[in-house]
Amino acid sequence: MGAWDVFTDYLHDFLFGIYPYLCAGVFLVGSLIRFDRDQYTWRSGSSQLLRARQLRWGSNMFHIGILAIFFGHLFGLLTPHWLYEHVITVQQKQMIAIVLGGVFGTICFIGLTLLLHRRLYDPRIRRTSAGVDIAILVLLWTQLCLGLITLPFSLGHRDGSMMVQLSTWAQHIVTFRAGAADYVRGADWPFQLHLVMGMTLFLLTPFSRLVHIFSAPIWYLFRSWQIVRRRGGATRRPGPVPPPRPAAAE
Amino acid sequence: MKVRAQIAMVLNLDKCIGCHTCSVTCKQVWTSREGVEYAWFNNVETKPGIGYPKDWENQNRWKGGWKRKANGRIVPRQGGKWRILANIFANPAMPEIDDYYEPFTFDYTHLQTAPESEAMPVARPVSLITGERMEIKWGPNWEEILGTEFRKRSQDYNFEGVQKEIYGQFENTFMFYLPRLCEHCLNPSCVASCPSGSIYKREEDGIVLIDQEKCRGWRMCVSGCPYKKIYYNWQSGKAEKCIFCYPRIEAGEPTVCSETCVGRIRYLGVLLYDADRIAEAASVENEQHLYRAQLDIFLDPHDPAVIAQARADGVPEAWLEAARRSPTYKMCIDWRIAFPLHPEYRTLPMVWYVPPLSPVQSAIEAGHVGWKDGLPDIASLRIPVRYLANLLTAGAEAPIVHALQRMFAMRIHMRDRTVEGRCNTAVLDAVGLSQAQVDDMYRTLAIANYEDRYVIPSTHREYAENAFDLKSACGFSFGQGCYDGRTVGNLFSALGPSAGRMAPPPVEEAVEQQDQPR
Repeated sequence: MGAWDVFTDYLHDFLFGIYPYLCAGVFLVGSLIRFDRDQYTWRSGSSQLLRARQLRWGSNMFHIGILAIFFGHLFGLLTPHWLYEHVITVQQKQMIAIVLGGVFGTICFIGLTLLLHRRLYDPRIRRTSAGVDIAILVLLWTQLCLGLITLPFSLGHRDGSMMVQLSTWAQHIVTFRAGAADYVRGADWPFQLHLVMGMTLFLLTPFSRLVHIFSAPIWYLFRSWQIVRRRGGATRRPGPVPPPRPAAAE
Repeated sequence: MKVRAQIAMVLNLDKCIGCHTCSVTCKQVWTSREGVEYAWFNNVETKPGIGYPKDWENQNRWKGGWKRKANGRIVPRQGGKWRILANIFANPAMPEIDDYYEPFTFDYTHLQTAPESEAMPVARPVSLITGERMEIKWGPNWEEILGTEFRKRSQDYNFEGVQKEIYGQFENTFMFYLPRLCEHCLNPSCVASCPSGSIYKREEDGIVLIDQEKCRGWRMCVSGCPYKKIYYNWQSGKAEKCIFCYPRIEAGEPTVCSETCVGRIRYLGVLLYDADRIAEAASVENEQHLYRAQLDIFLDPHDPAVIAQARADGVPEAWLEAARRSPTYKMCIDWRIAFPLHPEYRTLPMVWYVPPLSPVQSAIEAGHVGWKDGLPDIASLRIPVRYLANLLTAGAEAPIVHALQRMFAMRIHMRDRTVEGRCNTAVLDAVGLSQAQVDDMYRTLAIANYEDRYVIPSTHREYAENAFDLKSACGFSFGQGCYDGRTVGNLFSALGPSAGRMAPPPVEEAVEQQDQPR
């Protein structure tokens, strides 16, 4: 084995065995620190006020697509094989993944392209963008393109063997089992690049507007319309204010 | 009955001279920061006009406030909770910055760097967002003193049911000023629209605030507020609004807009209300009954039962005393001369307005004004009653006529007393006012001493906060620590660069600078 092979071998182990934990660590601890120390910067960073054009289609299509893709990946990668094998076969699961991924990937692609175009070529948006705003959008766009590129590769092995390998890798990672990197050793390059970029997105989340994902306001559906706060905290029971103490004896 | 207290504001439009001092002092104190240059927590509009942001009163377009469903319940006009969440990716009813105005500065350096030329150099407007040259197309007082053509101003929603064409003629034209700020509503639709739950009403003084830490910039409040008084800070990505100068109110001082009002038109005082009946009052079927319904939930601070319940509900003694001396109570409830702005939005606003009288002296001398029972005929006044009613009572004219008659009666009575030296009680009887009431009205409205305008009890902070912890703190700031609201230079501060700093000079100007002799 030559020095180059040793290097690529190590790089593979690093990227798929160690890098995932680096990214997860920064993602979790970084987000926690930002939430705790700097909530004033914790927001979605909407630019709709400055330019609504392209946002109605762009943002809606992007978000619908990305949410479907995110949950598709979440359940697709992390559901153990024994849990679904009695319901659907691996081949069926592979086809569902290809079809849904293709449909929502295309929706997401159109939306994301609109958003990226708007961010780069609208002077108001461009001038008010931080570097990380543009970087995240470019990364997401590239990542999405990579994901779409994997589709023909997946059609190449409809037996789902690749998919099983990838999900085994992911399940080994999240359950802290050794040797996870070996499961993706033979994977096609778009899969490997897609994995690395996906982990990088997690790495960058605490430093970008992506933190708004944590704040998806689901609980809004369950609260009352009005919110009234009492000074000194909600736990303070309302009650009569004690009369002022008598002045000290003259 | 659950008694809560609120510091309410009344603005006497009859005395507003449209000087914008309130707007300017407010801006200097609260919104002279990047991201909210376009935001005016207080602005003064000339009515009739479509206002700022454009067409803000048109709720078919902006979807602000509440609407009553067939089953008698109310929901925000922009939709229920599912609908609001469905619109979160792109809010279809949110104004763009051009509906307010693109913030600008002027290219002042050009005045110093321009080469010698025949014409005077001019400082042209430059956008504070892009740094590029721009044309100023709208502003917080764009229609100042009947600016722009009548055709555009007459799109004003308050012309509903008015034969408006004749008011475009010079002889019949009318105008008055409308200073606008957050209404600190009893039933705020911004609070209801906030998906993160960051907007809240303070129990002790009714001030509606946005928790800047908790706001996530979902911007549904911007469309939820029918008065368009929530502004999205494009720099910080958070919504901001009038804070009723709560640090001043807590210390017993009037808001900045009130304090600096040269016309003495603003009044601040405690109103007690029954918090249990808010929903009931906001959902009465007929829009024209909303004014009456809101009056009904205000409580008499002299009533022993109310006082006992207020004490039980934790209203401090000083607040009860202030409620009994409250100028806003007198104007809204006792004299019935102040009205809520657009009660049909069902938000139960707490900034009320005394409608303006029309200038009548020359009209009376020319015999244009009819008289009845020693009072001028309100219908023959220059400002159409229907217009004021659309603004203040959802179109019900009787309360407006009654208020204007009372204000006229006070003037006629005082004029007779000071000029003619006789006590005209007939005119008071005609409008149902007592001598004592009119004396108080005159003192409050015409003399308007500082201590009569502002009766503000200070907050009992000693029961809620540990003063020792506040020692050496920085007071009012953004976020943790002593922030000024700008978070550049922090690891997490992925905020945009300052537009002002990065604006490159226009190309031709750079060339001009090079050509200058050194």
